[in-house]
Amino acid sequence: MSTQPSRHPGLNLGEPHAEAHSANEEFVFGFWVFMMSDFIIFGLLFATYATMLGGQAGGPGPDELFELRGAFIETMLLLVSSFTFGMASLALKYREDRKWLIIWLLISLVLGVAFIGHELLDFHRMFDKGGVPSRSGFLSAFFALVPLHGLHVTAACIWLIALLGQIAVHGLDHGVKISLTRLAILWHFLDIVWIGIFSLVYLGGLA
Amino acid sequence: MNHLSDLLLGRLGRDALPFWEMLKDPTTSSIINGIIATGAAAMVILGALVVAGLLTWYGKWKILWRDWLTSPDHKKIGIMFIIIAMVMLLRAVIEAAIMRAQQALGLGGGFLSPEHFGQLFTTHGTIMIFFMAMPFLTGVINHVMPLQIGARDLSFPVMNTVSLGLTAAGAALVMVSLVLAPFSTGGWSGYPPFTESAVNPGAGVDYWIWAVTLSTLSSTLTGINFAVTIYKKRTRGMNLMRMPLFCWVSLCTAILMIFGMPPLTVATALLALDRYLDFHFFTADLGGNMMNYINLFWAFGHPEVYILILPAFGIYSEIFANFSGKQLYGYTTLVIATMAIAVLSFTVWLHHFFTMGQSAHVNAVFGIATMLIGIPTGVKIYDWMLTMYRGRVRFSIPMVYALGFLMLFTLGGLSGIILATPSVDYQVHNSLFLVAHFHNMLIPGLLFGMLAAYNYWFPKAFGFRLEERWGYRAAFSWIIGFMLAFFPLYALGLLGMPRRTVTFFTPAYLPWTLAAGLGALVILFAVYCLIMQLWQSVRLRQENATPIGDPWDGRSLEWATPAPPPEYNFPVLPEVYSHDPFTEQKSGGRAYQRPERYADITMPANTAMGVITAVTGFLMAFGLTWYMWWLVIASGAVALIAVIARGYARNTTRVIPAAEVQRTHERWLDDVARTTPVTRDHEHTRANRGLAVPPEQGAIQ
Repeated sequence: MSTQPSRHPGLNLGEPHAEAHSANEEFVFGFWVFMMSDFIIFGLLFATYATMLGGQAGGPGPDELFELRGAFIETMLLLVSSFTFGMASLALKYREDRKWLIIWLLISLVLGVAFIGHELLDFHRMFDKGGVPSRSGFLSAFFALVPLHGLHVTAACIWLIALLGQIAVHGLDHGVKISLTRLAILWHFLDIVWIGIFSLVYLGGLA
Repeated sequence: MNHLSDLLLGRLGRDALPFWEMLKDPTTSSIINGIIATGAAAMVILGALVVAGLLTWYGKWKILWRDWLTSPDHKKIGIMFIIIAMVMLLRAVIEAAIMRAQQALGLGGGFLSPEHFGQLFTTHGTIMIFFMAMPFLTGVINHVMPLQIGARDLSFPVMNTVSLGLTAAGAALVMVSLVLAPFSTGGWSGYPPFTESAVNPGAGVDYWIWAVTLSTLSSTLTGINFAVTIYKKRTRGMNLMRMPLFCWVSLCTAILMIFGMPPLTVATALLALDRYLDFHFFTADLGGNMMNYINLFWAFGHPEVYILILPAFGIYSEIFANFSGKQLYGYTTLVIATMAIAVLSFTVWLHHFFTMGQSAHVNAVFGIATMLIGIPTGVKIYDWMLTMYRGRVRFSIPMVYALGFLMLFTLGGLSGIILATPSVDYQVHNSLFLVAHFHNMLIPGLLFGMLAAYNYWFPKAFGFRLEERWGYRAAFSWIIGFMLAFFPLYALGLLGMPRRTVTFFTPAYLPWTLAAGLGALVILFAVYCLIMQLWQSVRLRQENATPIGDPWDGRSLEWATPAPPPEYNFPVLPEVYSHDPFTEQKSGGRAYQRPERYADITMPANTAMGVITAVTGFLMAFGLTWYMWWLVIASGAVALIAVIARGYARNTTRVIPAAEVQRTHERWLDDVARTTPVTRDHEHTRANRGLAVPPEQGAIQ
């Protein structure tokens, strides 16, 4: 238990305090391990999707169903939200006042919700063209992988709202700071997964 | 009216009652099966009523709530995991005995219907893996590992209660399926397309899916908790290579849980999507591919095998060293072997389906990978034998289990090498040879390990030793019963008898099925001995009390605490300078010391999150199984609100003042000073109060 002040470059926990730091380190490390486990789930769903590309059973395929424009807009929404969340993390670390932190968090939240809305719109379009999950194995795999990512984004948004509430009640105490750090990990992680989806599912499907 | 009951009860109707079939269509077969099923259901209800009645009679509800259900203490959570495991073991052993009876009488008929037999082998397998083995090993690691690494608790105590809640919910779901039947008939592995709604539209498979899913989520969280604890919470000086071997296997098990459980979560989730929302992952039509399920299942299934066996390996390592009075032989090679097994376990899943159509080359690769696992396992067997070599071996109950394991497990390993040869596997796959093999690994390997751990660490957990006469009877009955019940299955498999068959028409099988039936009776007797042992131990708890906490002259840190240990484990976190730190302290005369100063200790406060998880998890799974959508939504909403509300909680710790720690610790030290130590020759007598004679400097006593 050394007292190096910079054990958490992303955190500003006030006075370096050995015990608080190691406790926080556990929380953040534990969340990384959880992300690793979650990554396996996405990896397996990617693999399932790849093996089921051929299982279209005469139904509509990627060419008919996917639109690059929509997927691109979603990608941009998510990437920009990742940037704004990064700004929120910097505001958490370097600024004393909460104003900028909350502004950046709200922008991230709006972008996240916009992403979900746009994705739902995309699914709606696919449904209209007959691209429903019960149509074929390929569509089943698509609707397991992509909406699972959407569900993660939804959960992250709910978490963010809950944290904004916690900031209102408790201010920027340790609990909130640690939670924001972990939410940031989740938020960027979902970006990485989405980049996989965009490249493999959308670009790969339309190539 | 009818509409309303559909809304409330979903598809749950009178025909879910286990005696409905018997009343509606009374034939000899339906009456026999109905009576057995009704008896089982009655036992579940009666058991629940008796427990509730006793709690009310003795007025223990409040204690149960305050000291157990809401306690974040890793030791208590471990004990509760083990209680679940033992209750479920009892049920699954009885089911096994009924199946053995069916096959003993099964020439041309028997007494069970195929449907009933199918439910029996499915619940037996599902329970033994997910609700006996997993909670048992999770409980033992939970209880022992933090003590061994010198920690006060796991890294995430609240998550630990949530894990317990998830397992309890899954176990409760399997129990309820006896009262509101049926359970799945698809085996513990639940292969589609048999488990798809096209073939199996009933509630059985859904019970299975949700019970297994709850257990899987529990184990994933447990794995994260254990791994982070071992990485981050070791006490000063406890380098990785100074950890007791049990902690190493806990780490490997945790890693396997983190990476091995998600495939099963995915497999059951996709199967649920197929069944509930008409997806086509594993269906026979519209582009489904059932091989995906089988790959996903065994991508979990094989690491799972090592999740089950590695903790037992760690337990045996502790026991061989302790009861031989020697340091563990070949510690470093054991660590490397454990890690090698953990890594290799991800490279062999295909050997579970050699016959399912991949090319001979692929089979050869996986066959060789499978045989490779024999090498690190062999290293371990030799290390254990060399640990005993020239030691003063004490023939205690854990040692009986451990020696039985050593011989029987090696035999089972050899039959595993036979099965790893794809061309041989083609001959004996899906036969009782396979059933004999994996029981040969899991009973002497896992179960004996858990029972040995139970005998070994019980005095640490409760402060008194387990009674020995019934303990020896149980151990020997398990060993003999196992051999009698499962060696005949090797012969039956070679004779061609398929697994999971309700009846057979080849008279040549009969002598072997009768012998196996006899073995099942011996195993039932072994379980009876275990119950008697516990009963006698509780009765004799004063005579066999070991409050000082070191009844076996232990070597690692858990024995340096009182029995049962205080909530915070150590008044001052110990510092470690070598392997076997407690032995070193004792031989250097530095055990049982007064710390120079005491400090306040911050511990996690009680939390109801585990109970909330158990209740909402159970209700959600139950609602999903019977299509009671209102229940699913309501319990889901409660769970979500509870999780969000928990985030707002800030008073999540409580402080134990230094004065109280000092008082407790010094009272124990006074007891130590008053207690007469015993030598190893007398550790099984009533003179053993949990204080060992310190070894002379450097000498092995």
